[in-house]
Amino acid sequence: MSEACLFVIGASHHKAPLEVRERLAIVSEEGLRADLAAVPGLREFAVLGTCNRVELYGVGEDAGAEASVQAAYCARQRFNADEFERIRFRLMGRDAALHLFEVASGLDSQLLGENEILGQVKEAYTAAQSRGTTGAVLNRVFQRAFQAAKHVRTHTGISSGRVSVANVAVELACNIFGSLAGARVLVLGTGEIGEGTARAFRSRGAADLAVSGRRIERVAAVASGLGANTVHFDERESRLSDYDIVVCSTAAPRTVLATSAVDAAIRRRPARPLLLIDLALPRDVEPSAARLQNVFLYNLDDLARIAEQNRSAREAEIGRCKAILAQRADGLWRQVQPHLSAAAPGAGAPRRGPDAARQGASP
Amino acid sequence: MLAELSDRQWLWGAAGLYAAGVLLGTISLLRGGRTSGAAIYGAILAGYVLQFIGLGLRGHATGGCPLGNRFEIFQFTAWSAITLYLVVGVTFRSSIFGVFTACLGASLTLASLSIPSWDAIRRTHIFGGNPWIELHAALAMFSYGVFGLLALASAMFLLRHFSLKSKHLGGWFSFLPSIMDLDHIEVRLLGAGVAILTVSLAFGWVYWSRDTSTVGHLKLAATVAVWIAYAAALGLRIGGRLLARRFAWTCLALFAAALLSLEAVEGSRHPAAAQASERIPQ
Repeated sequence: MSEACLFVIGASHHKAPLEVRERLAIVSEEGLRADLAAVPGLREFAVLGTCNRVELYGVGEDAGAEASVQAAYCARQRFNADEFERIRFRLMGRDAALHLFEVASGLDSQLLGENEILGQVKEAYTAAQSRGTTGAVLNRVFQRAFQAAKHVRTHTGISSGRVSVANVAVELACNIFGSLAGARVLVLGTGEIGEGTARAFRSRGAADLAVSGRRIERVAAVASGLGANTVHFDERESRLSDYDIVVCSTAAPRTVLATSAVDAAIRRRPARPLLLIDLALPRDVEPSAARLQNVFLYNLDDLARIAEQNRSAREAEIGRCKAILAQRADGLWRQVQPHLSAAAPGAGAPRRGPDAARQGASP
Repeated sequence: MLAELSDRQWLWGAAGLYAAGVLLGTISLLRGGRTSGAAIYGAILAGYVLQFIGLGLRGHATGGCPLGNRFEIFQFTAWSAITLYLVVGVTFRSSIFGVFTACLGASLTLASLSIPSWDAIRRTHIFGGNPWIELHAALAMFSYGVFGLLALASAMFLLRHFSLKSKHLGGWFSFLPSIMDLDHIEVRLLGAGVAILTVSLAFGWVYWSRDTSTVGHLKLAATVAVWIAYAAALGLRIGGRLLARRFAWTCLALFAAALLSLEAVEGSRHPAAAQASERIPQ
């Protein structure tokens, strides 16, 4: 009697470039689930699809089930099976569990240590569980993956620091103002990077945003998209003292904020610091403004350097995280093996359907 | 066995636990992980309990609040700062503040324990049985504890300011609270310290006004100067004329001056108290 096996097959950003991942993206999750539910010998399965990966986790009654899953996926996506064979990865048993641990922890992400992936894995699991396609094995593997991911994020620096320019800018503001709920943000310029940074501020709780620029229609459109007010570009210096954070990203050939204007603004509001984030090239703020008391000026290079430092700090944590996750995967595997033996052919019917959803999940 | 321990042995234990808090925090920071707030808080709390027992034994032996020599004053100041930290420190939501507080507690207690001459002479009944004078002294020392925490917050402000200006945000700088949070903490601590010192001086003034010969001129001048300096700093800060780095540096300088002023207080104990006290050479 052969033993049932846990497996994962899939493709990710490691081997599949963007144009290939576009074709790998699951068109119809429900259709794919229906196809997989019909695969003979497949007792449990879950589908994880993000912009960087497609992964199919399964528990098969024998080693052949994963080949059928791969064939079903390629057929549903109309993806060339030979091409998929070249880019896909395939992991079995404990290695499959360890892979899920690393994915959930952000170790396998393009942006190392990012948090979004954990939510995506949870969504994938919830979807599978609610449709009754997970059982004793996958329930345990996914739940342990969530615990492991939480553990490494809490006890290592894998998620510490920000690694994108916009998020570094927001983090900087938090280092100065604490909560951003009461901070007033002025965005000078309507470029993509300025708008992206403004969105990052908005997502972190900045309620009072204003946009200013030379092109009035574009300013109105950006302000509308952000739910922000507008400020006439000619009033930018006179109204500077109204704001705590100024994000500059104009395409102006010369500086648009003179040191004298910044000095005048800070004198009108001496008790509150002023953070100037200059994302423009050429620069929008006179560099000498950095010497003013209570003024903090950061340009694009400064932010990029901090992002790079944070990235390096995260990379330095990889070894530690992998060791922790490997230890946990070993522990999990010892617990899961008896279930796989029990799931061997004839050991019981596969769990599929709404009733099964209630059977496999741990409390 | 514990009952046989002397007050100094309890106080050594307290100093050791405060130092352990510093060590825990430092190791945690060097390893790049988050500081363990609960462990540091626990070490400080345990040290506080031992210090409370030690000071209690000393107070029992000296017949009043143990403020009879420089050793006792430093111990009491550290105890006051730790008391305040334990009550309000958690609201700062910053475990690194615990590390700094443990550092202050360890510095003051270890310094006082390591210099035998500071505790060479123990004075008893220094308040001449007057509870108001005892309250005055205890409140004054408590305000020094508050000013000690203020100095810590100011040091953290300067470090945070340096990190932001020099654009070094990683490492243990990342555990510091924000500039604005630290500024708010500073203002609140300064306000509390000035209020407590004002109440203390009010009690002292009532006693002094009855008989001006009971307080030495040097002590009077030093105490009033400290009060005026802190009150002026508070006024200037509220008026927006002493801000950011200058305010932080001022708070640090004032605490150093306040500690130095204890020399004047120590050197000019009032005659009545001096007569009332009995000296126990070690």
